[in-house]
Amino acid sequence: MTDTAEITKQVKEIVVEHLGVEESKVTENASFIDDLGADSLDTVELVMAFEEKFGIEIPDDAAEKITTVKDAIDYIVKQKAA
Amino acid sequence: MFRLDGRTALITGASGGIGGAIARAFHAQGAVVGLSGTRREALAALAEELGDRAHVLPADLADPAAAEALIAAAEGAMGRLDILVNNAGLTRDTLALRMKDEDWETVLAVDLSAPFRLCRAALKGMVKRRAGRIISIGSIVGATGNPGQANYAAAKAGLVGMSKALAQEVAARGITVNVIAPGFIATAMTDALSEDQRAALAARIPLGRLGRPEDVAAAAVYLASDEAGWITGAVLHVNGGMAML
Repeated sequence: MTDTAEITKQVKEIVVEHLGVEESKVTENASFIDDLGADSLDTVELVMAFEEKFGIEIPDDAAEKITTVKDAIDYIVKQKAA
Repeated sequence: MFRLDGRTALITGASGGIGGAIARAFHAQGAVVGLSGTRREALAALAEELGDRAHVLPADLADPAAAEALIAAAEGAMGRLDILVNNAGLTRDTLALRMKDEDWETVLAVDLSAPFRLCRAALKGMVKRRAGRIISIGSIVGATGNPGQANYAAAKAGLVGMSKALAQEVAARGITVNVIAPGFIATAMTDALSEDQRAALAARIPLGRLGRPEDVAAAAVYLASDEAGWITGAVLHVNGGMAML
């Protein structure tokens, strides 16, 4: 499995667990707030969960731009490649 | 009513009069208590008095790194942290014209910055578990001011604003954040006063006596309990009627 595929899988798992939503709803284009019912605290919790899971730091200005599942995957893939 | 069976609570400043009374009251209601403070011997003596369900967790909150480590230690010792009581505090009283930067900064660091760091660290677990109680011990002087206590009054007023902001941030997670603002409580500090001074103080209190640490502890038990689940961002004044706010 490629890194991107593995990261995608783990990001989706975190989103499913944290937001308590159906796995089928967690598409790459799904917006945490608009499509998955997250509130602002949920998005902070997600960012913290990503940081913990992937051993990275996501600064606030970057975190603000992570609004969809794809945003999160792209950011993490980029950080892990760097 | 007001039972805390199986709950875990961290009380800072537990070696002091009010902190010790809160620890005893929580323990009597069935809670597991984490006793923090700088005086290890006093904490150990209190833990021994309480018997089981008591953990000694020394910390010097003047050290900015201590707060996060203390929450980690509390969660380690008790499994999780349900209730945080920010009680530790100190004073460096002097009229503002004579107040050194260090007097200001020390009081703000221990009485306001440390509670913020403790809240931030404790909230991580509470948010995940969708439950929690944070109680900070403020002071009547945070609302009324007091000559010689510009630093202390600022810190205690700051606790109120901070708690109201946090209360709104975490309300959706079932976590409540409140402040208890004691008036004049008989502790080691007031024991130093003369009989006349104490009488003069009591004359300013409609209920006619200084407060007891247990008066504050009872309010803390209430705010920590399930029964207070619909109260958040509040300031509970426990002052014998000295200031009716």
